[in-house]
Amino acid sequence: MSGNEAIALGAYEAGVKVASGYPGTPSTEIMENLSAYEGVYTEWAPNEKVGLEVAIGASFAGARALATMKHVGVNVAADPLFTASYTGVCGGLVVVTADDPEMHSSQNEQDNRNYAFAAKLPMLEPSEPSEAKEMVKLAFELSEDLDTPVMLRITTRVSHVKGVVEKGEKLTSHAACGINKIPGKLVMLPAIARQRRVVVEARMQKCRELAETEIFNRIEKGDTKRGFITAGVSYLYVKEAFPEAAVLKLGMCWPLPEQKIREFAAMVDELFIVEELDPFLETHIKAMGIACRGKEYIPNQGELNTAIVREAIVPGSGPELFQPVELPNRPPNMCAGCPHRGIFYNLSRMKVFVSGDIGCYTLGFLPPLSAMDSCVCMGASVPIAHGMAKALGEGGHNKVVSVIGDSTFIHSGITGLINTVYNNSASTLIILDNRITAMTGQQHNPVSGYSIKGEAASSIDLEALCRAVGVKHVYKVNPHDVVETRKVLKEAVELTEPSVVIAEAPCVLLPEMKARKPVSYFTNQENCVGCMSCIRLGCPAISWTSFAEGEAEAGGYRSSQKGVSKIDEILCNDCGQCASLCKFNCITRGEGKK
Amino acid sequence: MKENGNILFSGVGGQGILLASEITVYSLLAAGYDAKKSEVHGMAQRGGSVTAQLRYGKKVYSPLIEPGCADIQVAFEMMEAVRYLPFLHKGSKVVVNTQRILPPSVATGKALYPENVLDRLTERGIVVVPVDAFELAREVGEVRTANVVMVGALSAFLPIDPAVCEEVIRTRVPERFREVNLKAFAAGRKVSQ
Repeated sequence: MSGNEAIALGAYEAGVKVASGYPGTPSTEIMENLSAYEGVYTEWAPNEKVGLEVAIGASFAGARALATMKHVGVNVAADPLFTASYTGVCGGLVVVTADDPEMHSSQNEQDNRNYAFAAKLPMLEPSEPSEAKEMVKLAFELSEDLDTPVMLRITTRVSHVKGVVEKGEKLTSHAACGINKIPGKLVMLPAIARQRRVVVEARMQKCRELAETEIFNRIEKGDTKRGFITAGVSYLYVKEAFPEAAVLKLGMCWPLPEQKIREFAAMVDELFIVEELDPFLETHIKAMGIACRGKEYIPNQGELNTAIVREAIVPGSGPELFQPVELPNRPPNMCAGCPHRGIFYNLSRMKVFVSGDIGCYTLGFLPPLSAMDSCVCMGASVPIAHGMAKALGEGGHNKVVSVIGDSTFIHSGITGLINTVYNNSASTLIILDNRITAMTGQQHNPVSGYSIKGEAASSIDLEALCRAVGVKHVYKVNPHDVVETRKVLKEAVELTEPSVVIAEAPCVLLPEMKARKPVSYFTNQENCVGCMSCIRLGCPAISWTSFAEGEAEAGGYRSSQKGVSKIDEILCNDCGQCASLCKFNCITRGEGKK
Repeated sequence: MKENGNILFSGVGGQGILLASEITVYSLLAAGYDAKKSEVHGMAQRGGSVTAQLRYGKKVYSPLIEPGCADIQVAFEMMEAVRYLPFLHKGSKVVVNTQRILPPSVATGKALYPENVLDRLTERGIVVVPVDAFELAREVGEVRTANVVMVGALSAFLPIDPAVCEEVIRTRVPERFREVNLKAFAAGRKVSQ
């Protein structure tokens, strides 16, 4: 099973009772898998901060609780995280951070080991799925033993790696579930926080002692010419590149086992630290006054692999490689029939600055649409547009719009909208409401109307919500009707007050959309004049064929016509955006040959 | 019996590469190998170039294939057979679906789909096994089984009994698609036998 499935199984075996998270690659499947186990309450929270606070609440009530998020989610959840470090726990509390070195599906590659240092929390770091499962269980035990939240850090190559995992015994919490009135521990006002601050240090001292034990950090004896201190997935690369070498494998990457590190350093002739991203271990080991080498050889950007580690330490030892050949790039693209396309097509023609956000629709950035001008973090689109509008004053009128998905709007866009209304800027917000959290693979959210288990749940009425915070101009459009949508967008941006356009159309990957009776659009190529209106949508189902010399006349087209477009009826998802743009009657809905 | 191997899966997001690599890894595990498979989810899956990496042997540490060390590549699209050339070595086998999926720059007329792209492989001493997976999938009655056709074609090069793969398909594929997927597997296997 995958690392994420293994963590879900580990949490189940650890007796977790309540788990909350927000989807984010590469963490999403932990909660999805956990939701299938009996006796565990799971939920999608609107954002990571809420998710962690739910888990803290469950812990205060004496239950074992889990919060999961991707690395940037910890930024959102950092506020409760840092203070939960002071309160400690009642039931075991584990926070999973799934980091994404190489940024396969993220906007940055921050190294969240730094959070363990900054929040003064123990952090465990598995190398592979089987170890991830065991470590979750260990993390819950450690949490209750030391009265502390415990962080579990994984990376893409643990989350989305499949390996062999054995089922194990079920554990039970040492805490009793019930109401615990312990204000001296749980009410963090200054006088009490100052007392808890002392407790934090004492707990971390105890944790440092535990870090010296074999269960967390082990020395693997071997050739002492080169010794390696490593953790997480980097350990696997070291084992493969230098199978004979002595290794100190750190399963707990914070706090560090100083004695063990000294002992290991004394054993080996030359000490290397192999870690992805920041020189986290290296910095702290050097601060102990121990000579070692790390980032002078090992890259501090992107993922590592066996070849990078071997080549960094013994240059020229790898095989000679074939050079890549030049090929047209294949960047990700919005699906055929994606409702977002109609919006970005219009925005690309409106000469506005598009303040974007995090989701599938970030792909609106790519050509031919090229209709996104900034994207920072979840929810930022709305305040960034407001800030720009304030900075530009009159000159910014009708020039700045923000774009956000339904799930991201609920995550942290709504507070920005409240600010836009309260502090009054004439910016337009477009909410792309496709009824699902799509990018991470179709997770339900407070707008979709279903819970994580697919059971009916309340669904937020986005129009009513926008009106309730004071937006007077709220429009609803069907983004597949490209022409009508343009009219509404133009009207909205001309207003001198905040406006919201809700573009409502379901994601084509929703099961109910996939189950539709397939009908597709097709091209009557004889009518095509080669205007390329449909091509500019960038739909994967529409392609362009250029004419060779003389081919236009031979086909009965104008001699100046450069080519024709064609719809692939198998790829077409029946949205009709291209048909609404074609002025020459050559795109018709019919019985596709699916 | 070969002790270990590295298989690189490549293609375009949405082609069912994850399921294909899944069937393969479970088959290798069922045959008694240690195996690890690495894949990438999220944004990359939206119609872009995607890969999955599978390593098997007695004991596998790293989930990632080293450049120059992929023994077999299963490419679900023709151009995607060539994109990962640095992972291959002389003598690598590339099982390739001869279907073309146009990337945006080609579909919008800004670039051309490379002609005879598989020559880039053969001229470097790489063994190409072409499979018309789309057509074979259509023949078995479900175009969406092209990915399982590819697993069938791959299976002839794996050190395991095809019955093991078939059993994995039986357990991993929803019942109503089971028969058609078994047929797709058999059709693919026939190509490379």
